[in-house]
Amino acid sequence: MEVEILARLQFAFTVAFHYIYPPLSIGLGLLMVIFEALFLRTRNPQYEQLARFYTRIFGLTFGIGVATGIVMEFEFGTNWAVYSRYVGDVFGSALAAEGIFAFAMESGFLGLLLFGWNRVKPWVHFLATVMVLIGSMFSAVWIVVANSWQQTPAGFHVVGEGINARAEITDFWAMVFNPSSVDRLWHVWNGSFLAGAFLVLSISAFYLIKNKHVALSRKAFKIALVVATFFSFLQAFSGHSSANVVAEYQPAKLAALEGQYEDSDDAGIMILGWVDEEAQKTTGIEIPSLLHLMTNKEIGQDTIHGLNHFPADQRPERINAIFQFYHIMVGIGFSLIGLTLLALFFWWRGKLFEQKWLLRIFVFSVLLPQIANQFGWFSAEMGRQPWVVYGLLRTSNALSEAVTAEQVLFSIILFFVVYAFLFLLFLYLLNRKIQHGPDEAEKVEYSDAPKRTISGIIK
Amino acid sequence: MEAELSYFLGIDYPTWWFLIVGGVFAGYAILDGFDLGAGSIHLFLKKEQSRRIALNAIGPVWDGNEVWLVIAGGALFAGFPVAYASLFSAFYIPFMLFLVLLIFRAIAIEFRSKEDMKWWRNFWDRAYFVASNSLSLLLGVVVGNLMIGLPIDERGNLVGSWLQLLNPYALLMGFTILALFVMHGIIYLLLKTEGRLYAKLRILLNRAVILFIIAFTAASAYGLYAYPKLSDDLQNSVSFWILPSLGILSILSIPQWIKRRKFRIAFVSSALAIAFMLGVLAFELYPVLLYSTIDPAYHIDIYSAASSQKSMGIMLLIAAIGTPLILGYTAFVFYTFRGKVHLDENSY
Repeated sequence: MEVEILARLQFAFTVAFHYIYPPLSIGLGLLMVIFEALFLRTRNPQYEQLARFYTRIFGLTFGIGVATGIVMEFEFGTNWAVYSRYVGDVFGSALAAEGIFAFAMESGFLGLLLFGWNRVKPWVHFLATVMVLIGSMFSAVWIVVANSWQQTPAGFHVVGEGINARAEITDFWAMVFNPSSVDRLWHVWNGSFLAGAFLVLSISAFYLIKNKHVALSRKAFKIALVVATFFSFLQAFSGHSSANVVAEYQPAKLAALEGQYEDSDDAGIMILGWVDEEAQKTTGIEIPSLLHLMTNKEIGQDTIHGLNHFPADQRPERINAIFQFYHIMVGIGFSLIGLTLLALFFWWRGKLFEQKWLLRIFVFSVLLPQIANQFGWFSAEMGRQPWVVYGLLRTSNALSEAVTAEQVLFSIILFFVVYAFLFLLFLYLLNRKIQHGPDEAEKVEYSDAPKRTISGIIK
Repeated sequence: MEAELSYFLGIDYPTWWFLIVGGVFAGYAILDGFDLGAGSIHLFLKKEQSRRIALNAIGPVWDGNEVWLVIAGGALFAGFPVAYASLFSAFYIPFMLFLVLLIFRAIAIEFRSKEDMKWWRNFWDRAYFVASNSLSLLLGVVVGNLMIGLPIDERGNLVGSWLQLLNPYALLMGFTILALFVMHGIIYLLLKTEGRLYAKLRILLNRAVILFIIAFTAASAYGLYAYPKLSDDLQNSVSFWILPSLGILSILSIPQWIKRRKFRIAFVSSALAIAFMLGVLAFELYPVLLYSTIDPAYHIDIYSAASSQKSMGIMLLIAAIGTPLILGYTAFVFYTFRGKVHLDENSY
């Protein structure tokens, strides 16, 4: 039991820390593609300045993302050996596809993106940026496919029994397009674009308040605002359809997300609430009948099951935590829509950049998509418990047999220290880059500029 | 439970996948090998300018190179999940250290140039140096242990402490791989440098070749003396002495190529040497992946560890589509950054 808790803690900690960075990389990637495309179209050097500036921040997030991501890949083997044996046949092809199609693509072209400014023509550089974006979006595809398969397994059959049982693939495309993967992929992509767009909004708002790089920041703010508005709306739709998949395939998880203990044929949705796990009761502000309406159920006829419907060993624990993580995520989702609409309104009235209070909110808004991304995953993964593969393999049976609690504890402490150090460095360097700001236009060297040679430098 | 094997060109799927996993690991060793080797001599370059040039020589490519390890891990997971699970849970602590070192190597390269303070750069220089050396050493230790086998039980779990993985043979292999990567890294840097730095690297190269020969001889002699399994193979298998000989020959040819300023051929030679070394490992293993030193019945071979034939077929297709793509854009990136290093405002 102790090893199980430690191993879960370790996985949760390392993956949560990792997940700060890839969404930022995907989101910034999209913004950089837009900046470079605008530069190619208009030849306005301001867009190139923006692209170069955000490339430097991208380099920072990408580097930490890759370094912490490798940990995840090997943790399956080190901590979850039984799980690895069980799912390897199904899961492995998704991971192999990720390595071959996605990682190799993004990392290969990353060199061009970061160092190629003076080496290749602007359109080649633009293509490299596009490839890095596509590569990073592809990474999300395979990771989400693999995780969705754990939530809603499909396209496989179980071979063998007891500890030798394992899932074998029968239909590759049924595995890839399992019931939840498409909706969850959209949800993850949107969340990533929002993370990137709000980082640009935050940095631009900061400059505008400080009256620095004004012309550049106004451009960047408006572009990012359009992106943020679009994806915050899209996110509401993808969230809705994602929740419907949960309702259909993971009813115990739905009950946990909504804090519902009793079966109901007229279920509402809590806007805010608190789950008393002892008394098995949730109190809060409720909109009646909404859950039935949202999941297309007939009120008074169809039953939505509460937690008590499920045997005690087949439903998640820590219901209040799951409830709160989920509701905070949804709340942030709607506040992002409100925030972007408010900014659009002032833009329409031509007074956007006079609203210092609004800009101040935008400086801090960068945290909102990050928190929503983290909490969304917490509720999705805690809600999946006690299964690691839903309905098939229990988390408690998935551990490495050879690994002891001391070893896991050692690695938790090790990674905690290293990641805390990394995070402080990240914040420090991010702050430095923001303080430094974009290079002025005349400082930017173009590809026809004379090249300095190494012999000249050494002598 | 044994399903019928599928074949492609007369070779069964697990063997194909064994070749692919081996090929990707060899690709990783050849590509990231020179990054690690360059890092291993970082502190021997004294001037700030030299260190920057050495870093920027690997700058645009090291990340792409490291990805080969990710692909190799994924390929092992996908094709041989049983071996993947046993290998990584057996090497738990060494692997956690390996991962942390990999993180430090990556961020040292990324962060070093971000500040001008002397203490800042010194700190990252040291982190980079220590991480690169330890990573090569650990990789060699893993190779050494794979050669002689691990005490794994019938469930594929390691029996006893992980400290036994640090046995003399594995450590000697560690130093051999370290020296091999250092040599490989220096040759790569020679391709990228001019002037005094270049002259200095040539001196370092000669020392690295000598170090490699010593470490390789010591590791081989100790292995043949202490492990009957290895000496039996030497007598029974032709490839077991042809491959190392070819490896040694290509290494001995390197100083000659360097003398004639044929750096590209020298680089190909050291890449071949790495490939031959891993070839020895592949021949020693096939068709086994993990030797059990407890009981031959506990060996994990490519057939008992393999994914289903259907899954392997899908993955072979993925590999067939993906490999030309990867080779294509890897070549494009190397071509774009060919020639000597030029520092500019985007450099580390």
